[in-house]
Amino acid sequence: MPNATPEITLSARNLSRRFGNRQIIHDVSLELRRGEVLGLLGHNGAGKSTTLQMLTGCLLPDEGKIEICGIDLLRRPMLAKAHIGYLPETPPLYRELSVNDYLIFAARLRGMKPGDAAEALVQTRQRCGLETVGKKIIGTLSKGYQQRVGIAQAIIHRPAVIVLDEPTVGLDPTQIRDIRTLIRELGDSSSVILSTHLLGEVQSVCDRVEIMQHGKLIYGDTSARMQKYGGISGFIISLRSPPSLSELEAIAGVSSVEPLSATQFRVLHAPDINPSAALLTLAERQGWQLEQLTPLQATLEEVFARITDAGITGEKNTTGETS
Amino acid sequence: MIRLLALRELRSLFSMPSTWFALAVLQFIFAWFFLARLDAFLEIQPQLAQLANPPGVTITIAAPLFNTAALLLMMLAPMFTMRLIAEERRNQTLTLLLSAPLSSRHIVLGKFFGLLIFLAALMAGLPLMLYTLAFGTALDHGMLLSNMLGLLLLTASYVAVGLYVSALTTQPVIAAIGALAVLVGLWLADIGTAAEDSPWHLISPLNHFQNFNAGLLDSGDAVFFVLFSAFFLLLAMRRIHNNRIYG
Repeated sequence: MPNATPEITLSARNLSRRFGNRQIIHDVSLELRRGEVLGLLGHNGAGKSTTLQMLTGCLLPDEGKIEICGIDLLRRPMLAKAHIGYLPETPPLYRELSVNDYLIFAARLRGMKPGDAAEALVQTRQRCGLETVGKKIIGTLSKGYQQRVGIAQAIIHRPAVIVLDEPTVGLDPTQIRDIRTLIRELGDSSSVILSTHLLGEVQSVCDRVEIMQHGKLIYGDTSARMQKYGGISGFIISLRSPPSLSELEAIAGVSSVEPLSATQFRVLHAPDINPSAALLTLAERQGWQLEQLTPLQATLEEVFARITDAGITGEKNTTGETS
Repeated sequence: MIRLLALRELRSLFSMPSTWFALAVLQFIFAWFFLARLDAFLEIQPQLAQLANPPGVTITIAAPLFNTAALLLMMLAPMFTMRLIAEERRNQTLTLLLSAPLSSRHIVLGKFFGLLIFLAALMAGLPLMLYTLAFGTALDHGMLLSNMLGLLLLTASYVAVGLYVSALTTQPVIAAIGALAVLVGLWLADIGTAAEDSPWHLISPLNHFQNFNAGLLDSGDAVFFVLFSAFFLLLAMRRIHNNRIYG
């Protein structure tokens, strides 16, 4: 981050929303600073899209307050919305228009002057890899390109807050990688908030993560710290001529050994002592013929499951400070 | 902003082949009616000449032609208004407008004027055909102007109704049938009521067009069209605003 404390671009306080008798969003508060990428993580139906709709002014919250760059979104929507770029779950594309016409329209819609819009078009097309398809009709483009056009319309007016609802859904792995790189880039100059149910996405692009379940934020921290949440200390070893289990268990620091096959073992140890060095020397000396030693990493899936399980019991972790 | 939205609406319309098809077919229908009326006029012209105060070419050709156009428009307008908001909602492009710095007023008026301009262009063939008669005879310009103005106001009221019905639903087809039901309903109620002072006559757009059609500019009729359109446009704005409340 360039500054010690970059300005707050989006702040939402105590948002609540009900549809009929069902309370969909309970008391959600979010804060986003310039240069930050925030991942909103949750299962389908957790209330991510509804939250994002409220943050972009498409849906009014029943209670709560939203400020975009210090402007109240509910009281002065016209001013505040000019600072938002929003890509909904389905990209809002006029399929009969050409990419250029559509993007110019999107820029002008957010109050850009015609000259600025033309300039922004060139830049945005280059950023989103749309140089070659400018004159094509959107309806004829592939899904990946349509998604890119969707992102392009959200960023063409250089908004301070970019809201992306599941931006990589339905794309192939190369396209996902490209779009993640783009999101990372966007996060340098603006604030990005994206929703996803893919934990890997949070891991690769987000600085910070908020986990949502049943319309509540149940966990918030940096994504690096989230990976450590309830992490496992241990490794998997393969030995071609393994000793008995008790011999392995006897190594200092090892808390348990579980055989996975005849030659593979899962070794767990206390978080503060790492017995891998001792094990290596021992294997060398005893001729166990070590083939492989892979540290165990708690997958984000496991982390997520643990956190959401904790969420059910009503535990709420405090939001981690990032700067 | 209203202009930007109206231009977008026009651009989308003209990039669809179906629009050009409708344009072509409609010009053909107008031309057919025009030639049929002209033919009939030429046939009875010798008899008309014997009358003391014979009806002119404008009243025998133009007035019925505009009347037919007004009826055709009643069926035609819903086909174009159905897409306005229902399709945006179905394709989820409405989100783009809702998240942009626009009020419901911009959205509704942008769409209204966009389609009104298009339909005006669609109807423009009609006076053009009639003005070709000016090469051979003298036309009653006042009557033509009153008809054109009346047709424009009538179109505006139809578009306003269609726009509102389109704002109520996600299905363009339902929007089309709904708008058609309202327009035809108003018309049938009007022509089906014998009583001279029935309120059904008062709220029927086509009834208020009759004076314009006869070459009579009545400010009361003009005010009716403005109020009628404004009423439905306000309802549509309200509906778009409610979109943010009820999702």
